[in-house]
Formats: sequence, structure tokens, C-alpha cells
Amino acid sequence: MEEEKRIQKNLKSDQLILGGREFSSRFILGSGKYNVELIRAAVEQAGAEIITLAVRRANSDGAGKILDYIPEGVTLLPNTSGARTAEEAVRIARLSRELGCGNFVKVEIMRDAKYLLPDNQETVKATELLTKEGFTALPYMFPDLNTARDLAQAGAAAVMPLAAPIGSNRGLAAKDFIQILIDEIELPVIVDAGIGRPSQACEAMEMGAAAIMANTAIATAGEIPLMAQAFRKAVQAGREAYLSGLGRVRKTGGEASSPLTGFLRE
Amino acid sequence: METNQRNTNHMEYLEGMEQLQSDIFDRVLAARESYQPESYTSQDVRKALEAERRTAEDFAALLSPAAEPFLEELAARAEKETQRQFGSSVYLFTPVYISNYCENHCVYCGFNCKNQIHRMKLSQEEIEKEMAAIAETGLEEILILTGESPGQADVKYIGEACRIARNYFKMVGLEVYPMNSEDYRYLRECGADYVTVFQETYDPKQYEILHPAGPKRIFPYRFHAQERALQGGMRGVAFAALLGLSDFRKDAFAAGLHAYYIQRKYPYAEISFSCPRLRPINPKAGTCADTESKPDETTIHRELKSDETTAWTARQEVTERQLLQVMCACRLFMPFAGMTISTREREEFRDHVVGMAATKISAGVSTGIGNHSKEVTGQGDSQFEIADHRNVSEVLAALKSRGLQPVMNDYVYV
Repeated sequence: MEEEKRIQKNLKSDQLILGGREFSSRFILGSGKYNVELIRAAVEQAGAEIITLAVRRANSDGAGKILDYIPEGVTLLPNTSGARTAEEAVRIARLSRELGCGNFVKVEIMRDAKYLLPDNQETVKATELLTKEGFTALPYMFPDLNTARDLAQAGAAAVMPLAAPIGSNRGLAAKDFIQILIDEIELPVIVDAGIGRPSQACEAMEMGAAAIMANTAIATAGEIPLMAQAFRKAVQAGREAYLSGLGRVRKTGGEASSPLTGFLRE
Repeated sequence: METNQRNTNHMEYLEGMEQLQSDIFDRVLAARESYQPESYTSQDVRKALEAERRTAEDFAALLSPAAEPFLEELAARAEKETQRQFGSSVYLFTPVYISNYCENHCVYCGFNCKNQIHRMKLSQEEIEKEMAAIAETGLEEILILTGESPGQADVKYIGEACRIARNYFKMVGLEVYPMNSEDYRYLRECGADYVTVFQETYDPKQYEILHPAGPKRIFPYRFHAQERALQGGMRGVAFAALLGLSDFRKDAFAAGLHAYYIQRKYPYAEISFSCPRLRPINPKAGTCADTESKPDETTIHRELKSDETTAWTARQEVTERQLLQVMCACRLFMPFAGMTISTREREEFRDHVVGMAATKISAGVSTGIGNHSKEVTGQGDSQFEIADHRNVSEVLAALKSRGLQPVMNDYVYV
């Protein structure tokens, strides 16, 4: 019983900190592919405290006004999708602030309409500019260590490497490179794009990712609220596994369970 | 930029027409020429359906007659791909015709300059009224169209229309005559975002006959329009063949490859398709009222030359099943591309293909001039007959009832 209490206490204090704000949930929900009427259920079942939305979509006054469907109390993470350069991203972020979407911004810059791969170079530039303007910048990036270091230097609040091409549901295609970021970068590493299954989200969390973002995987599920719930559980399970310290898996050869040098006295 | 001579070489540029150094033209035309739709087997189709990334060869198989029995599977895969790329989103827009003057003699078109229809060009004030009336419906994207008459609707006139449109809409598309990249640059500055040009047919011989005179006769100038538009700074370009003017499979193949090569050369470009098929045109224009009838002097208002009659008779009727096949094949070949479903098609067809292959649908459509605002007096005749007369709220309701999410705008102008 005492043990259980200790675990719960530790888990409660395990918060995701972004731009000085604390979040209990480590699951970030994307919103771009939903029927807006299903967003609320997805947020609730996923236990998400942060939801991303495209400023270009929030900018619409028409029938699809997405802002009206996002539950209160959820932190908006507007993204700059549609931007092709750092300057455009900065202008979109400013517009987002004017629209009342706050200071958080997910920096998304793409010069490629087919794969929607992020442009790391422009992303670093935009992150630097946005940070200077007081934004909490969370850059979406291709998982490259040098870029991640530049982003940290530029003032990013986290880095958001893609796991696989966006919308592909292919999971951790870039696993080894994401692991390098987790190992080397002091900022939270939020795995974004390509996560197609709860098991993949779980694996990323086991690796030490600070959070997971998913959109397509839930938005295109047969039963959206149920899949949202599955992701919540998977992210939580992965986090707990990470915190508990996974048993080491050696890639080659065996490993003795007691140390070979245990007989030494000094 | 004028040609009124039937003997003008349709493959040679006229003075003032910008020429690009691009190999896309040769590649697309060679591929179209060598494409033999009948040569594909059901095994080729199965392979293409199961492929993870589809090649031009797979696209050719999916467009072939051998793929017709697989239509249900084609549709299921297309729907999955559309959902993966676009989720539930369906984009709404409406076209607004601001002038129906035309300098071309296209055998199949209601705006043919020889057709005795009521010609009209909206003044700036009238354009403003039309835009305001359309904006009232809640739409945020507009597509500005003109007949192809640089004399009556010059670049400046179109530019002014873009400026006015920009005050009412967040996204402005253009479907006007092809022009030079500097003109596209000017229109971009005026607020235009994307350019649609239908090649009509990618078959140069059929094209030559069906476009006997007028600047449109120059086949390569039209072909390179999208590339010039992108060089002029447009965000996106749309492609289409008017299916049925020639072998529709070969034309769809060429349109797809055209888009494919442009995308590779301009990776930032937003690519989209339209899939129009030859449909009855405005009976008031007197041209063929159904696809079975043959135009004669009373319909075309001039005697058809014998080669025109032959070309016109050689047109194909494209069935709904075949149209859907083309749309699904395009979706599977270029999953990320936008796709507009024409108002030439009936309600039920349109409602079913959005979300399955198409991603964009028009609502509250009129192809006449000055039909949106009650304050515009006098109206110009339309280009073709539309089959879906629903207004914006009716289309919205139809989308919602199918669980789709209408999106009025997905673009921020910064």
C-alpha cells in the first residue's frame, strides 16, 4: 500500500514542462484531420491538455471554425503550416497571437508539398526570431542532431522530431536518430508525425521521449474516442516503463546477471 | 498573340508568347504516345493496387480497361489514401465568371467566339457586387474565370478582379487564358494564389483540329502555362484534360504525368487535379445539347470542316464508372494532390466522390456572367450546363451528413 502511494506520488510529480508551464498529460493531439464535432471526444478520451491547430485553419470564420470546438482549458499549440520560409512562419505566428491563440507556437516550415518534410535550416532561423519576440517555440524538425543543437541554442522550448513521414502511420522509422536526440539534447523531445499505433507511441515513450503527438492515427480510426483512449494508455505505459528503468537489452552476446568483477574488494 | 488562321502551325509559338526551356513537354507527350491502355492485364492492375509507392507504370495500369473490374477495390484504396492525406476535410469554393468574351473557336465550347450567345463583361463595380453576394454565403475561396479574350479581359482587368476578390476571400484562384510568367507575377501581386489551366486534350493532332483558330490553338504555350504560373510566384497549379475529346485514358495519363513532372521540378507547388468530362453545353448557345448529337451549322454557327466533323465524331463518351476510375487512379498515383469535382456531375456522384477521391467541391455554382448578385442587371450566357444546382448551405449539409468536415479556407495570407 505504501509502495503504491509512493509510486502515485512520483507519477504525479512527473510533469511535462514547456515554456515554464506544467502539463500532466504527455499526449498532444493534432486537430487537422477531424470532423470538428469529434474533437471534443478525442481530447477527453486522450486526456490531452495540448492540442495543435493550424493558424491557417483557425483563421477561417466559416462553417469549419475549429476554435469553437476545442474544449476550454486545453492549451492551444498553433502551428505555422503553410509557411515556406522563416519570415512567413514568423508572420503566421504573429497572426496567431492576434487571433488570441497565445504564445505557444509549433514552428512548421515546409518547402515540399508532397512529403511535407520540415526545412530544418529555415526552422532554426524562425525559432530564433520567434523566441526573441517572446514566443514559446516548439519546432517540428527532421531528426538531425546538429539542427537540434542549433534549435536549443536558438531558444526552442522543445524539439519535435518526426518519427516517419507525416500521415504515414509508419511508426518509428527514424528511431535511432530520435534516440540520439533524446540522449544528447537537454530539451524535451516530443515525437511528432508518423506515429500510427498506440504501441509505437508506447515505444517512443519507453525510449525517453517527453511526449507524443498524433493526429492521423486517431482521426482516421474507426472508433475515434476509443483509439484516443488507447493512445492515452499507451503513452502512460511507455512513460512509466521509462521511469522505472527498462532492463537492458544487449544487441550482441549475452550478459551475466551478476557483475564479473563483483569479487573485487577495493 | 493572335491567330485567326486555320493554317497557323499549332505547335509554333506566336510573337509575344514566352518560351520556356523545359523537357516536361517532350516527356509527357512521348509517354502519352507510347501508352497502350489495352496492353495491361489484371495482373498489372493487382500489382499497381498493392504497390506501396506507385510509379507511372502503375498509374497506367490503373487507368487501363483491365482495371475496370477492380473499380470497387480502386475506390476503397483511394478512399483510404484520401483519408490518410486529408482526413475528413473537404474544401469548398465557388467559381465566378466575370467575362464570357472569347477569341477562340473551340469546337466543343459554349463560349466559342462564333456562338451567338449573350456576351458580357462585368465592370469593376459589378465584380464587387458579385463578390459581396458570394461572400455572404460564407464561402472564403473564389475561383475567377473568364472566356479567353485578352482583348476584352486583359491582364489588368483580371488583376483588378483579384484585388477586389482579395477583400472578400482568403483564397483566390484563376482559370483564365494562359499568359506569360510576368503576367502571372502581376496577378500574384494582385492577390491570386493558384492557376488552373485545362489542356483539354494532350493529343496534339486532335487538339489542332478542335482548336481551329484563336490564340488557344498554340498547343505548347498552353501546355507550359502551369510552369510559367509557378515561375511567376503562384502557390499552386491545377491540371486537367477535358475527358472525352480524345482517348480519355491516354489524356488522363498525360495530365497525371504532367502534374507529376511539375511537382518534381517545383516541389513546393501545391498540385491539384480537375477531372471534367465532356458534357452537354448550354443549349442556348445552340451547340450540341447531348453527347450523342452531332453539331451542325445551327449549333456551331458555321459549317464544320470535314476534319472537325471527324474529330468531333471521334470524341468518346466517358461513363461515370470510367470517370471514377480516372479520379481514383489519380488519387493513388499522387495521394497528396488536391482534386476538384466538377459541377458538370450530378449531386449523388459528387457527394460520393468527395472524401473518396475528390477533396474540393464547388457550391452555389453558376457558369453564367453576373448571376450571383441580384444587383447586377443583364446576364451573360453560360459556358456549359451544370448538373448540381445546390447552394452553399445545401452542400454543407450534404457533407456533414456524410461525416465530412467542410473547410472554407486552409490558407493564411501573410
